Amino acid sequence: MNGAPVFENTYDVAVVGAGPAGLAAGATAAKAGLTTIVLDENPAPGGQIYRAITTTPVRREEILGEDYWDGQKLIQEFQSSGAQLVSGATVWSISRALEINVSQGGKTHLINARWIILATGAQERPFPIPGWTLPGVMTAGGAQTLLKASGLVPSGRVILAGTGPLLWLLAAQILRAGGDITAILDTTPLENYVRALRQLPGFLLSPYFAKGLRLLTEVRRKTRVIKGVTKLEAQGKDKLAEVLFATGSQPATRMAADLLLLHQGVVPNVNLAMSIGIDHRWDELQLCWVPVLDQYGNSSVPGIAIAGDGAGISGALAAAERGRLAAYAAVKALKPEALSHLPAEQILLQALAKAQAGRAFLDTLYQPPKHFRIPEKNETLVCRCEEVTAGQIREMVALGCEGPNQLKSFLRCGMGPCQGRLCGLTATEMIAAERNVSPQQVGYYRLRPPIKPIQLAEIAAMPQSETAVKAVVRG
Amino acid sequence: MFRRLPETSAATVTVSIDGADVQVRAGDTVAAALLAAGVHPYRASTVSGAPRAPYCMMGVCFECLVTVDGVGNRQGCLIPVREGMRIETQHGKREAHR
Repeated sequence: MNGAPVFENTYDVAVVGAGPAGLAAGATAAKAGLTTIVLDENPAPGGQIYRAITTTPVRREEILGEDYWDGQKLIQEFQSSGAQLVSGATVWSISRALEINVSQGGKTHLINARWIILATGAQERPFPIPGWTLPGVMTAGGAQTLLKASGLVPSGRVILAGTGPLLWLLAAQILRAGGDITAILDTTPLENYVRALRQLPGFLLSPYFAKGLRLLTEVRRKTRVIKGVTKLEAQGKDKLAEVLFATGSQPATRMAADLLLLHQGVVPNVNLAMSIGIDHRWDELQLCWVPVLDQYGNSSVPGIAIAGDGAGISGALAAAERGRLAAYAAVKALKPEALSHLPAEQILLQALAKAQAGRAFLDTLYQPPKHFRIPEKNETLVCRCEEVTAGQIREMVALGCEGPNQLKSFLRCGMGPCQGRLCGLTATEMIAAERNVSPQQVGYYRLRPPIKPIQLAEIAAMPQSETAVKAVVRG
Repeated sequence: MFRRLPETSAATVTVSIDGADVQVRAGDTVAAALLAAGVHPYRASTVSGAPRAPYCMMGVCFECLVTVDGVGNRQGCLIPVREGMRIETQHGKREAHR
């Protein structure tokens, strides 16, 4: 995508995010004859799962695996649909009147849409252990991005730690690419295996069952896996030097390390949806906020739907199906006569149900334990941006602070550039635990646009309506 | 911390990192290029000045903030490198005049 893209003033459908959900939604809407734009802030389409699918320097297909290359089909479907894709485009606000402010190439454009589908996907759950801000500590997803987009493979003394499917997938990809892994520290609580057993029959039907087993076997054969890790710390002065860990009640062990890759699952990226005022609820199994949606993905704000992992974590296959379903609903609302070009509603719903089969097993097995979600040590940083510790938050709650928004006033917690993305869940769960109430009762940061930092000059340069000028100019 | 897959193309562009010309892989983002070049410390935090480095590489953590062509607080993980790009690392709080 070179050269400045041309934005129309109005589109039938605007999609935010070009991962599996956004690509499928955009293609479906465009195929039905709706004018469709897909806005994505990354340099190229694919989202996280299919990151750099059109540009990756990784040539040997077995390194990233067939599930990655599956993304090519979605890209082809999208490219032949007539939908417009704009990469490097950061949506920083959306109003209830369906006006979108999007920054691209240093300039903000105002786009009106008749229907909006948010496909902003997931982010990795915060993993607030002591030392998680040290250079040399990063997320597993971060390392995977470096591999997919830049052909960079972890090397030296590399430790993977945490729980969840992505950790194992990344381990396999690193090993296939000839990278190094010293050890995998598995923090999956041993009791989760027992709890997940009940969900096993459903998971046996999932496409992920056989693949998952193969992956675990492949990784365990090639590298050292330490199960039942209950304590984890990153240590070093100016960068990571050692990882300290323990299993059960055993004394702690130290391991020299150059790189520690952390992961404990993914959660919906809620910042854009919440800034619009879309209703969310706390999910007790996935331990995160999920938007309140109908079966098509329509949110509490008329004309705005959410598809993909931003609607609740379900994986890439389900994300694409949710994208198609959300676009189906858009077509039904805007151009019902074109529905005959699309698969029947029942078929779309069945495809989604099939893609979601067995999810409860993964959610139960890989539910991260409380002590890795809520730091036990008071010195541990919770808010990386404003450098607020767990102890400071506990102190404020003891003084009567009831929720995350008060934390902002007292500690600036959640007020740095990441706007709570890396501390919000921890703050909510921590306050809930200290007050002995549910996270739902505690709530979340009130999020407001701009949801990404932009220059004031960019706002000043935007075309203003007469009403807007009169509202602020005197005389 | 990282090594490049041998099959990766050798095409490079020249950028300046804190005033020094450095050849980086065309197609990398600013954050990836700095990690591959071994730039350390990548950044110092605004509150305590502690060393930081890119954490998520997907636009959510803001640990990769850099000044690009004179504009501060840009997310290095979202911006592809360009020939002649001027990259400055950020240490501590940013000053108002920059």
